[in-house]
Amino acid sequence: MKLLVCVSKTPDTTTKITFNGDKTQLDTTGIQYIMNPYDEWYALVRAIELQEAEGGSVTIINVGGAENDSIIRKGLAIGADAAVRIDTESGSSLDVAKQIAAYAKDQGFDIVFFGKETIDYNGSEVGAMVAELLEMPFISYASKLEMNGDAATINRDIEGGTEVIEVATPFAVSAAKGMAEQRIPNMKGIMTAKRKPLEVLAPVATTDFTHVVSYEMPSAKSAVKLIDPENMDELVRLLSEEAKVL
Amino acid sequence: MVLVFAESVNGKFKKAAFEAVTYGYQTAQLMGLSCAALVLGKAADAGELGKYGAAKVHHLANDQLNNLDSQVYAAVIAAAVEQLGAQVVVLSHTSTGKSILGRLAVRLDAGSVPGANALPTYTDGVFAVSKPVFSGKAFAHIAITSPVKLVSIMGNSLPPAIVGDAVAVTPLEVPVPASRIKIISVSRIEGTTPLPEAELVVSAGRGMKGPENWGIIEELAKELGATTACSRPVSDVGWRPHHEHVGQTGITVRPNLYIAAGISGAIQHLAGVNSSKTIVVINKDPEAPFFKAADYGVVGDLFEVVPRLTEAIRKHKQHA
Ligand SMILES: Cc1cc2nc3c(=O)[nH]c(=O)nc-3n(C[C@H](O)[C@H](O)[C@H](O)COP(=O)(O)OP(=O)(O)OC[C@H]3O[C@@H](n4cnc5c(N)ncnc54)[C@H](O)[C@@H]3O)c2cc1C
Ligand SMILES: Nc1ncnc2c1ncn2[C@@H]1O[C@H](COP(=O)(O)O)[C@@H](O)[C@H]1O
Repeated sequence: MKLLVCVSKTPDTTTKITFNGDKTQLDTTGIQYIMNPYDEWYALVRAIELQEAEGGSVTIINVGGAENDSIIRKGLAIGADAAVRIDTESGSSLDVAKQIAAYAKDQGFDIVFFGKETIDYNGSEVGAMVAELLEMPFISYASKLEMNGDAATINRDIEGGTEVIEVATPFAVSAAKGMAEQRIPNMKGIMTAKRKPLEVLAPVATTDFTHVVSYEMPSAKSAVKLIDPENMDELVRLLSEEAKVL
Repeated sequence: MVLVFAESVNGKFKKAAFEAVTYGYQTAQLMGLSCAALVLGKAADAGELGKYGAAKVHHLANDQLNNLDSQVYAAVIAAAVEQLGAQVVVLSHTSTGKSILGRLAVRLDAGSVPGANALPTYTDGVFAVSKPVFSGKAFAHIAITSPVKLVSIMGNSLPPAIVGDAVAVTPLEVPVPASRIKIISVSRIEGTTPLPEAELVVSAGRGMKGPENWGIIEELAKELGATTACSRPVSDVGWRPHHEHVGQTGITVRPNLYIAAGISGAIQHLAGVNSSKTIVVINKDPEAPFFKAADYGVVGDLFEVVPRLTEAIRKHKQHA
């Protein structure tokens, strides 16, 4: 099976987020970047497991600048066979999707994997965009994926429940918790990753329809109101009269 | 025109659908446009959407549309947008809406903002809308410049408001392509409100010591009519089911009230809950980081505080 995994980079969750003077750009000084957890822990690992079980290859693709190479190498160290980076400081999700689709179009991938969302943009839309561009079915929020021949059985998380879906390759899928267990790259993986191919390709031309006008921080929370643990009637009164949530 | 895709489940509208129509109506008012709703598949009272501001309700009652296939839905909605000449399309930011939004952006070659948390601004012809980014640590105000603008809205972003009467339903005729997926089964937990839609949530963490102690949390939730949630380590060790896990790697919730007992408030936990309107933290450690994100805090032993709170709510309900 020929598998493609789309991986993005994101600031580590514990990083403090600040913006530049005119508040239109993230201030990147001191930011620690990681591979988006859904891409790394679930999408990539499940793709590698399928490759181990059924043969074939796992390619990872990232749309971004050269500073992303260390994240791509980590993906190779975890077990992907090859990598592609589309060399552009991506603008919108649609731009990213068009770059991925332009590469994947004629490659004959059986499954294109995504994370359920990036933890910086929280868009959850690139997967659906690529699927539409490649005219593939798209199963989002998959918490389980089993292959039987050319067909997959997928559990899809929905609000308060699960859908079980059967779909034949080629298709696109986005991975949520449950799909696989995180893998830590070992020494051998790290060494072989250095020799695996990382192809850098020029972007295709696209038009952006969205741009950030400004970023804002949430209004600072007023200090917590402490309630006497003996007096829960007071808490209930505040929840009812002040917060108006009861 | 502002076209709202109103989601239904088993023929019934969810609260998200009423919120979306309210959002569409207010957006239409802002832009001097009319608002219409689009309903796909089985739906008993589609005309009810008129009450929330839809001047017209377009319904395509094809059985193939009773369950989501994002490819089919996107084709149908895009065709409706073109046929009806919609300038703004509003979806709910649910597992359904999220699967469709990106496809519509491609089909309509349009800009999209996924997961908006407030009404758009429309000044000097610039349409912009804000959404939480960096897992709730900031908001981005994003302008959309394409002729058609796509927005999906987060649940609980604005309360559904009744502004009129039910309207007659207009059948919609657009081609429905064949589906390439097969839905084997759909299972939903009956009875409780699913976490992403819950207005009241009672959540507990490792401070509970063990699964056998969860009775006090369930009683509090029952008294409130709340949905239960938990921190990640609790679901990892199997004290609670995975579908209760909230946080960066679990479910994101934004209820009106989030009560956290015996949860320290690690940043990855906060990422999934910090948009809640009111947060109550019960923790025996006054230094627990969660207190910084809380509106109300109770420093004390949860095994004493939680039953006391349940009792206080019982009393409050009797008086009300
Ligand atoms: C990449 C990554 C992703 C993660 N994603 C998530 C996520 O999605 N969701 C999540 O929740 N976590 C997540 N975590 C884990 C997170 O960092 C914390 O470890 C976790 O949230 C801690 O859970 P807890 O608060 O239940 O336990 P603890 O941190 O052990 O806190 C227990 C709390 O209970 C209090 N307590 C103990 N006994 C009592 C008592 N009798 N009465 C009152 N209070 C008491 C203690 O004072 C303490 O504050 C993630 C971590 C990483 C690295
Ligand atoms: N720059 C990128 N390069 C490659 N894949 C990406 C990129 N951005 C997003 N993705 C993929 O699309 C998924 C959803 O992203 P988003 O729509 O931003 O939430 C991610 O989990 C990745 O799998």
